[in-house]
Amino acid sequence: MMISDGIEDEEKWLAEGIAGIQHNAFYLHRALDSNNLREVLKYSAQLLSELRTSKLSPHKYYELYMRVFDELRRLEMFFKDEDRHGCPVVDLYELVQHAGNILPRLYLLCTVGSVYIKSKEAPAKDVLKDLVEMCHAVQHPIRGLFLRSYLTQISRDKLPDIASDYEGEGDTFMDAVEFVLQNFAEMNKLWVRMQHQGPMREKEKLDKERNELRDLVGKNLHVLSQIEGVDLEIYRDIILPRVLEQVVNCKDELAQYYLMDCIIQVFPDEYHLQTLETLLGACPQLQSAVDIKTVLSGLMERLSNYAASSPEVLPEFLQVEAFTKLSNAIGKVIEAQVDMPVVGAISLYVSLLTFTLHVHPDRLDYVDQVLGACVRKLSGKAKLEDSRVTKQVVALLSAPLEKYDDVVTALTLSNYPRVMDHLDAATNKIMAMVIIQSIMRNSTSVSTSDKVEVLFELIKGLIKDMDGTSTDDLDEEDFKEEQNSVARLMHMVYNDDPEEMLTIINTVWKHIMAGGPKRLPFTVPPLVFSALKLVRKLLGQDGDVAGEEAPANPKKIFQLLNQIIEALSIVPSPELALRLYLQCAEAANDCDLEPVAYEFFTQAFVLYEEEVADSRAQVTAIHLIIGTLQRMNVFGVENRDTLTHKATGCGAYHASLIPMGLNRRSTLRLMRVGEGKLIRVLLCLKRSLRIANAAQQMVNVTRGSSGPVTLFVEILNKYLYFFEKGSPQITTAAIQGLVELIKTEMQSDSTTSNPSSDAFFASTLRYIQFQKQKGGAMGEKYDPIKL
Amino acid sequence: MVLVLALGDLHIPHRASDLPPKFKSMLVPGKIQHIVCTGNLCIKEVHDYLKTVCPDLHIARGEYDEETRYPETKTLTIGQFKLGVCHGHQVIPWGDLDSLAMLQRQLDVDILVTGHTHQFTAYKHEAGVVINPGSATGSYSSITYDVNPSFVLMDIDGLRVVVYVYELIDGEVKVDKIDFKKTTTSNA
Repeated sequence: MMISDGIEDEEKWLAEGIAGIQHNAFYLHRALDSNNLREVLKYSAQLLSELRTSKLSPHKYYELYMRVFDELRRLEMFFKDEDRHGCPVVDLYELVQHAGNILPRLYLLCTVGSVYIKSKEAPAKDVLKDLVEMCHAVQHPIRGLFLRSYLTQISRDKLPDIASDYEGEGDTFMDAVEFVLQNFAEMNKLWVRMQHQGPMREKEKLDKERNELRDLVGKNLHVLSQIEGVDLEIYRDIILPRVLEQVVNCKDELAQYYLMDCIIQVFPDEYHLQTLETLLGACPQLQSAVDIKTVLSGLMERLSNYAASSPEVLPEFLQVEAFTKLSNAIGKVIEAQVDMPVVGAISLYVSLLTFTLHVHPDRLDYVDQVLGACVRKLSGKAKLEDSRVTKQVVALLSAPLEKYDDVVTALTLSNYPRVMDHLDAATNKIMAMVIIQSIMRNSTSVSTSDKVEVLFELIKGLIKDMDGTSTDDLDEEDFKEEQNSVARLMHMVYNDDPEEMLTIINTVWKHIMAGGPKRLPFTVPPLVFSALKLVRKLLGQDGDVAGEEAPANPKKIFQLLNQIIEALSIVPSPELALRLYLQCAEAANDCDLEPVAYEFFTQAFVLYEEEVADSRAQVTAIHLIIGTLQRMNVFGVENRDTLTHKATGCGAYHASLIPMGLNRRSTLRLMRVGEGKLIRVLLCLKRSLRIANAAQQMVNVTRGSSGPVTLFVEILNKYLYFFEKGSPQITTAAIQGLVELIKTEMQSDSTTSNPSSDAFFASTLRYIQFQKQKGGAMGEKYDPIKL
Repeated sequence: MVLVLALGDLHIPHRASDLPPKFKSMLVPGKIQHIVCTGNLCIKEVHDYLKTVCPDLHIARGEYDEETRYPETKTLTIGQFKLGVCHGHQVIPWGDLDSLAMLQRQLDVDILVTGHTHQFTAYKHEAGVVINPGSATGSYSSITYDVNPSFVLMDIDGLRVVVYVYELIDGEVKVDKIDFKKTTTSNA
């Protein structure tokens, strides 16, 4: 009974078998045509003898079987037509048992049995019982399996089911169930026995061959599921226990895996829900090599889909305590299978979590429980390095984020951060980004300081250097993307209540302050602006701006702001800090806090004088300082003068150091400061002219510069500005004089023409012309000026 | 007809996380021929995003922009119009019309686009038009309280430009428009 070796040999044997069948079929057909029962029986028995071979693998045996099957169909038709052979079926049933060899005898018997049942001359149940027991005589696995498979096939439509033709007195669907169960049990035994057929070294080949036959066994379960009379009770009390008994007792991993899966796929989800305990109870009893987690995952997936498609059954899930049972079962399996790798356990939990999110999304305690189980599984181990496990853990953590639109819900799960702690640094950051993206995508707002605390703990991998890593290792682009995400996130953190908002701001600051010089330039600005928005909100409230006793008042916030901006000095980021100080100064101005505003200005000036090095940056800084100063109305005369003087000084400080082009405009801007301080205005203008003249000298040295002309036109425009504002120092004569000066300069040989300054002058003249033509007071003012 | 998008002062990510979704869905690639941007994007991601809306992108430098190489001012000609862009923090007092008019004369442009105040404005005077598209994200400004997100779309057709301003007020996009016609005698 050895399974055959060499493929070539097998082909030869198969060919021989087929030839044998064809040979006998020829004579069989002749016998059928002449209605010669004796000959028919003789040749059909010979034909069937080809199936007695033990030399073929299942795959090849199947080919032989199919040919035989076709012939048996003809045979059955012949048997059915008593007119053709004149033998009553009851006698036929007797007759065929005289066939010489057992296998052909049984095939013939089953074929006649089919006709017998159809004739209704005997109760179906009796015939079926007889057949299923007689088949016992064939114990060779492959031959036996195919024989019984034949029995299954021909009996399918003849089972005594409810409302079938074969239901009768004492002939019920229970008998059908009994028949199928028996056939199934025997087939399973044969199937399991196959594994002992070959030498151990051929185990892989054996398993493959066995797998080819598995559907023959599984078919019985299909048939059971189709029996109409079977309801939940029958399934629960009779079918499932019997099938599971077979599954557990056969102690064969291949069979166990396949059959568990088959049960789950074939019977309705409704049944599984109600028999969960029994089904799950079998799991720990299975062989340890069985991939039970795949089976369980399959079950959970089916149940999830069931819940999703029929929401009305959800209460049932609760009633049968599905979650608890599944959870316990998984726990037991993991415990029992000590060799199960971590990735297996985690993937089980992922399936359970998916199930929970589908079926009990409101039960956050369940979700947290699953995460807790993972934490226990992962604890005691070093940080995860296996990428498969990491992938599973990320899937685990992402599932709640995807399910709950309000990501904040996921944040309240106490075990969530604990699971994250087990990820390696790189994956931890990836997960943090997933969390941030989820919040941004759903426009969730995180509105209490507790939740903010949890959130920033979760993303701590992005906020600061974790053990063993440093920002130097990072790709710059990636790092920027990370930090910009954190910055954007800070705008999602908000509460209407000022006190709570201030607590939130303090919480965020506590976390980001440890970020180090590389991170602060990204994280400080959004926090500063959050705080400034809070200040403005407090201003907008009815009644007095909160007094100093109130927990959230502008003064406190400005103190905090000072601290936050100060931290930029470790980067160092003087330009950014300067801008932020000026923003604070403006806000303090709006709050009427003169000393606070003054202090911020002082800080800004210190940075300007000591830290801002690049000349272009200095010009921008001066613009910002002057622009802000111009808007200040909180300062008393003394403070205002001091600051204006400093600003002018800053401009003058550069007179000798900065290239001309940049300097002149700074000085001109100074005029905006101190409306009404006309003498100062004049001083600035005069200084500008002096500088312009100095520039003129430089022209003679460096050819090709038309700097002075442009500068003069600018000054002319400034003159017009103050002239219109009514400054008595600017006379029409002064204006006229400057116009003439410009014209002269433009026509002079030493000046190279500059189209932009030409255009500027032209448009200025147009403007003057326009003002003259305006009429009224403006026209009168401009009248003395001749163009 | 030529469509020119004017926007700026997004302040992403310092003061805002993103453009309002309603604006984003309106800014469909391929519909706009030019973008003029007053600056303060502030990061490269925003630059790249604007480029996808329209590749012809002109930006003037705002004081918080990450990219320090944007110019302080930019001029370009579209059809019959000369446009100038400048962030505006350089023109003091901030938002002062007469001072802006001075800048306009200096750049010699018909349409001057500036920002910084986060307040939409459109002024017409004898030499042309001064437009401030406001802040596209409605971000915090020390100058303007209660900023609504806004941007401007200019439809340039011959000697006429129609300025559409889109403002997001209480969750709804409101549109207004202003007409300007250029006289041909401006460049004597």
